[in-house]
Parts: sequence; structure tokens; C-alpha cells
Amino acid sequence: MFPASRYSSKAHRCIRALQTVQVEHAAPQLYATLNTRRTCSSVSTPRITTHYTVHSRDKDSRWEGVEMERFADEADVVIVGGGPAGLSAAIRLKQLANEHEKELRVCLVEKASQIGAHTLSGACLEPSALTELIPDWKERGAPLNTPVTEDVFSILTEKHRIPVPILPGLPMVNHGNYIVRLGNFVRWLGEQAEELGVELYPGYAAAEVLFHEDGSVKGIATNDVGISKDGSPKDVFERGMELHAKVTLFGEGCHGHLAKQLYKQFNLRENCEPQTYAIGLKEVWAIDEKKWRPGRTEHSVGWPLNRHTYGGSFLYHLNEGEPLVALGFVVGLDYSNPYLSPFREFQRWKHHPFVAATLEGGTRIAYGARALNEGGFQSIPKLTFPGGLLIGCSPGFMNVPKIKGTHTAMKSGMLAAEAVFPKITAESLDSETTGLHAPEYAETLKNSWVWKELHAVRNIRPSFHNYFGLYGGMAYTGVFYWIFRGKEPWTLKHCGLDANQLKPAKDCTPIEYPKPDGKLSFDLLSSVALSGTNHEGDQPPHLTLKDDSVPVSRNLSIYDGPEQRFCPAGVYEYVPLETGEGMRLQINAQNCVHCKTCDIKDPSQNINWVVPEGGGGPAYNGM
Amino acid sequence: MSGRVLVGVKRVIDYAVKIRVKPDNSGVVTDGVKHSMNPFCEIAVEEAVKLKEKKFIKEVVAVSCGPQQAQETIRTALAMGADRGIHVEVTGKDYDTLGPLQVSKIFAALAKKEDAQLLILGKQAIDDDCNQTGQMTAALLDWPQGTFASEVSLEGDKIKVVREIDGGLETIKINTPAVLTADLRLNTPRYATLPNIMKAKKKKIAQVKPADLGVDITSRLEVLRVDEPPQRLAGVTVETVDDLVAKLKESGTI
Repeated sequence: MFPASRYSSKAHRCIRALQTVQVEHAAPQLYATLNTRRTCSSVSTPRITTHYTVHSRDKDSRWEGVEMERFADEADVVIVGGGPAGLSAAIRLKQLANEHEKELRVCLVEKASQIGAHTLSGACLEPSALTELIPDWKERGAPLNTPVTEDVFSILTEKHRIPVPILPGLPMVNHGNYIVRLGNFVRWLGEQAEELGVELYPGYAAAEVLFHEDGSVKGIATNDVGISKDGSPKDVFERGMELHAKVTLFGEGCHGHLAKQLYKQFNLRENCEPQTYAIGLKEVWAIDEKKWRPGRTEHSVGWPLNRHTYGGSFLYHLNEGEPLVALGFVVGLDYSNPYLSPFREFQRWKHHPFVAATLEGGTRIAYGARALNEGGFQSIPKLTFPGGLLIGCSPGFMNVPKIKGTHTAMKSGMLAAEAVFPKITAESLDSETTGLHAPEYAETLKNSWVWKELHAVRNIRPSFHNYFGLYGGMAYTGVFYWIFRGKEPWTLKHCGLDANQLKPAKDCTPIEYPKPDGKLSFDLLSSVALSGTNHEGDQPPHLTLKDDSVPVSRNLSIYDGPEQRFCPAGVYEYVPLETGEGMRLQINAQNCVHCKTCDIKDPSQNINWVVPEGGGGPAYNGM
Repeated sequence: MSGRVLVGVKRVIDYAVKIRVKPDNSGVVTDGVKHSMNPFCEIAVEEAVKLKEKKFIKEVVAVSCGPQQAQETIRTALAMGADRGIHVEVTGKDYDTLGPLQVSKIFAALAKKEDAQLLILGKQAIDDDCNQTGQMTAALLDWPQGTFASEVSLEGDKIKVVREIDGGLETIKINTPAVLTADLRLNTPRYATLPNIMKAKKKKIAQVKPADLGVDITSRLEVLRVDEPPQRLAGVTVETVDDLVAKLKESGTI
């Protein structure tokens, strides 16, 4: 029953309908693109995208005579991304260098203004990888201050709660784990890395991958600065810098924009399923001391989502002096109703009596959102290519039922460092290409606990695609994971690209969300303000569209503009045209919190998120 | 003239971050919060570097008072073109109570020690909005001051400053040595690019303590309590003029 039900009959009909729609629009679509390539705006579509990745500067007269030469520097290893994977790789490299008494220049670039400012996670950390990396983490003051003391799991209905016993052996058992503020943990990892001599450069985003003549990766180039909103150079324009390395580690986190290019360039996804994602929204609240139970973790499924929309909530009581709770909501991005708004589901979930009881009398002090991987084992791409490797949530090692990916990300970073170190310090460069190729990394990963763990839980997420939805999935987990430990011989498939799962708006019912009450639930814009996000206003919007006319002609007309609803920062707005007739898409790029959901869920796959000027984005503090 | 310019830079909470008052109302939460260089200080550094590029002055020295993290702010100034830095170490409780009077005493001492020709500061810091340090430093040194500068030009040993004032623009000519404070329209600061940040790591930052400069930083002020501004109450829409008059009478305004 389960292996055969790859698609429910509803999903089959949906996909067939979408394919018909796509075919119908393919011809005019092509025509529109050819016609508008020069100006990329027809009579009724105002120009939205001005970024040079869409409109090349080579033929742009405003760039004539501008110095485009870049300053270049050499390192042994360049790491893109200062998250758990990138920092673990950097630390491991320096540990090995010290052990073997070798000199190693390790440079790490991170788009956030400080390490940890773009980090967002629940989070319940499994300390396994940390203990392997830094055994004396406690003495060194790692901010793992809240051991889990209580584990509660519920199925929610609109007014009630069904407790679900957490039996030992189920994936969500949290004994031995720590509730952490991952941003603080990442900041601490950054301090450890700096102590070991890693060169950290927060505030500088890797914007371009550089290639040798033989096609192998040469390194990266950081973002240019001083380009104005219309794409022309400002007085303060300066080219980014090139960082060349023997090998480059890409740890951009979930759905990284450089990784997206690398998948195409090196065909890394030909033997794996497309990645599937969820969006996680999170808030931190200072609650009434009487309600505070430090070490308590609560998870729920069910209300307000229906049984066919994957998702659930978490609520963790931190123990760091102040009575703080970290809470959030995750919605699988394979949802089909374009009227669904993950942000508003999150806000209305907080009104459930079980949750409201904890939050009443408290104050919200932080907000943020980020996409996360749900593809697991089936979606792991090829991890190595000449000149580089993929680490962390970028290829995606998250254990979905446990909702933990930090420990596997850290381990992948460590294994990457161990695979790469002997090759870069060897007397002669043992590689066919100028950029080092280290396929040993994939081998050691396959033999590690990461692989075993992901293999055991591989069928849990796909098991939700059946008639009973959530309940079928839970039954499957109970039988095949809890009893049989994931040893069943088959591997279930996912549904395909998340972007293809949306049904046309006319086939779906709009959802009536309650108005925010300003005490428990809030409106979008005040939430975005709490994330501290900001970008230099006068720069090309970094949410680029391949075709400026597609949002109105397709997203709005067929799907009623789902980007207005799935963006957790209010970046996308359909506003009436000044001339009166019709709508246009307005992109409020300054609000972006770098969650990547739009790039993932856009049904036309027209949105391409590229990195803005470094230093911009959210200013999360211990999220 | 030594041809040396001192630029004061302050590390403040980034302007886009939402401020939160500490639960004990003793101050504002700063731990882990994103900080950056005060925007007016950026403009001051840019002006100093521009003067150096035009060969009016020879050396730009960036100065900051505060804990260890103040060095990051000095590094940014070095990456923008300053030649060396001075970090005046003030930590803990002393830093919490550090205000314009103490800072101006420190700057005055340093200006004398470094034989500075010019002292350029931002007009105010965006965390306390005091707008006092520049003026106090000038008074302590008995130097002329050109505050709220939107245009600065050196003419021999005098400086012409166009100041933004309530009535419009005022142009003054002052002698050197002098204190200038930068206003918004003075210039557009350049970016601190990565190659310059890397080069800045090699530039020197000297560490001094206020006591070394003979300055006593005990505060004459005590902060009793910090509170959030009162919540603005929602307005009430009225339908007619009579309703408006009735509401105004109700509230006792008329």
C-alpha cells in the first residue's frame, strides 16, 4: 500500500492539470521572452529587475569605462558561509594543521554583518558532533546551557490537545540534547575558529564562483558595492575581491544561491531527487516567570494545518537567566493551496489554548524565518566536484522527523576538512584538475553515522503522501521506524519540486485567517521590524526575476500571487498600476530576511534569489 | 603644523535593530546585538580621508573609547583609509556611564598629545543623541569649532565651514587647530571593502587607558531608570464636526 501510493489520486489530478497549464503557456511564454529580451518590460509591465545577473553590464553604456579589474588573493582553503558546517570545517582544518605542524591559510566569508546574525533554528542540539570536534566544549564556555528535561508531543485540534506518548526509540526523543540559541552557539564557534587562526570575514558575501580554464572551481568573488537601484554605478562603486583557493567549501545553508549554480554547472543532481523544503518561522518570547519550565520541549502537529499539509510547531523553554521561550512553526513547502500563508498559520496557532496559556502576559522580543530541508537521504546530490565540496544544509543532511540538522551539518564540515587536508598539504598536488577534487569526502560521509542516521529515517517524510496524510505518516513511522528501525528494503519517493505542487487558485478555497490581536498574534510588518533586517536601499533588488512580466501574467492570474503569502517578510506585494488598470508586482527588497522560500516555492520558478551587498539582511541575536 | 587629523568614531547599536529595555530597567540590551559605526562618524572618517587624498593633511588617526569590541570600529575606519588607530580602553560599569564630558576630556588630552591640527567628529551619536562631545572638546581645548558642517574647505591655515543651521546655511571661517562635527550632507562615506579590511589588519592600533592621559572618567550623572516610551494610543475616527467638538469637550481640552 505505501510504496505504491507515490501520489494520491488528488495529487495526480493536480499535477496533470498543472502540466496542461504549463504547456498552454509555454508558447506565448517563449514569445514574450524573445520579444522583451532587450527591454524586459512590455507596455504594461514596469521594469522590476535591474541586477547585473539578469541584465549584463558588458553591453550597458552606463558601465563604459568603469574599472572592472578585481583585486585577488590566495588562500589554501576558502569556506563560503559561517554557519555550523562552515565553522566546523574551518576549526577542523586548523586543528589538523596544528597537529601536523603545517601552515594553512583558511579564509571564511559570511554575508551577515557578524557571525551568527543570519542563523535561525529551534533548536535542540544533539551534542554528538560537537563533542567529536571540541571535546572540552563545556570548559570553553559553549552556550549549551539548557539540557532537555521534559519532552511533550501533542496532536492539536481547534480547541483541544491529544497527548502522544514519546516512547524511547521514536525520532523525537530528546534525552541528552540541549536547547540552544543557535545564533549564540555559532558566534561561539566563530570565536573558537578565530582563536585557531581562521580568517573570518563577516559582512562580505560570496557573489560569484570563479573557474579555472579547465572548468574546475578556482575560488569565489565577493559582491560588488556601490551599484544604484537602477543598475548604474555610483561614485562609491567598488568591485568585489577574488579569493582563490586550492579547494572551496560551500556551506551556504539551505538552498544556497551559489550551490544552485553549481548544481547546473557540474550536473550534481542527476542521480538524486529534487530537494524538498519547509519554511520555519520563529519567535522568542519573554514570558511570565510562573509559566516558565526551563528544559521543557513541546512539539505539536495537527491544528491549524489540515492532514494533507505537512508541518507542526515547537516551543522550547530556555534556561539562560531570563524566562525565555523559543517557539515556532514549520510548514512543508509542498503545500497545494496558494491561499495558505505560513506566517498567518503560525500567528493563529499561538491562540490555541495550550500555547496561549504559556504566552499570556509575555512579550515578544524576536522574530525570524528560514527555509529548511526536508528531502533527507533521497535528495542528497553529488557532493564533490573539481575544486570544491558541498557541506551542511546546502546539500542537506537534516534528519526531518527529529527536526535536527546541526549535528549532521557539523559532521559533514569536519569530514570535508579531513578529506581535503592531506591533499592540500601533500608535496605534489594529487589532482587531475587545477582545482582540487576530493571525492574521498563523499566516501567517508557514506561510512559515517550521518549516512546511517539519514538512511534509517528516509521514509518517514514521504510516507505523509497518502490518503490519510498526517495520520498515515504517523502510522508508518510507528510501524517501520519505531519497530523496524528503518530497515525496510524500499525507499519512498518525494513528490517532485515544491514549486510544482500548487493548485490553481480557482480550484482552492481562500483561508479565513483571524486578525492579529496585538498581544499573542501580530501583523507581518511589525514582525519584520523585530528581525532587525535592513539593506542598503540604493542597490538593485536582489530578488531577481528572469522575466518581469511573469508575476502578473502567471503567478497572479493562475495562483493569485502566492508570493504575497509565503514570504515571511512582506517583500512581495501586488499593487494597482498608477494608470489604474491592472496590477504590478512591487518588490520591497529591503525587508528580505534571506529565508529563500520565494526561490523555492515560486510556481513559475521565475524568482532567482542572489546575494545582496554583504552586511545586509536580518540582525538576529541568538535565534 | 603637524598635518595630523584625529577622527573620533563610536560603536553604537545598528540603526535598524529594534531596541529592547533590560528587564531590570537599568539600561538597554546590548549583548549580542548588532553594532556598527555611528553613521555620522562614518561621514567624519570619510571627510578626513578625503582631506588626506587632496593632500591638505598628512595623517588620519582614528580614535574610539570603549571595550575590546571598539577595535572592530577602529578597523573599519582603518579600512576606509585612516593610517593608524588609538583605542582608549573603557570597560564594564565605566563604559555604561561614559558620556560626552568624559569623552571630550579624553579627546582634548589626545589632541594635545598627538599635536593634532584638526579634530573631526560626527555631530551626534545615534544612541544618546547628545550632540555635545564636539562642542565640549573645543571648549576644553579653547579651539574654534565648526559644527553641523555640510561643507569643509581648507584655505591656508584657516578653514571655511558651511554649517547647517535652522535658518538655512551659515558660512564661517575659523582658525586651525579646530574641531569640526560632521552633518549628514557633508559627503557619502565609501565602503570598507575586503582588500582594505585585510590591509587594515596590518595597521597599528595603540591601546591606552584614560588614566594614562590623566583623565578621570567618573561620571557626575547616575542613570536611575530606563523605560520604553509610552505606547501610543490608537486614534478615534469621528464622523462629524459635532462629534469632534463633543470628544474634545469630553477630554477636557476645550
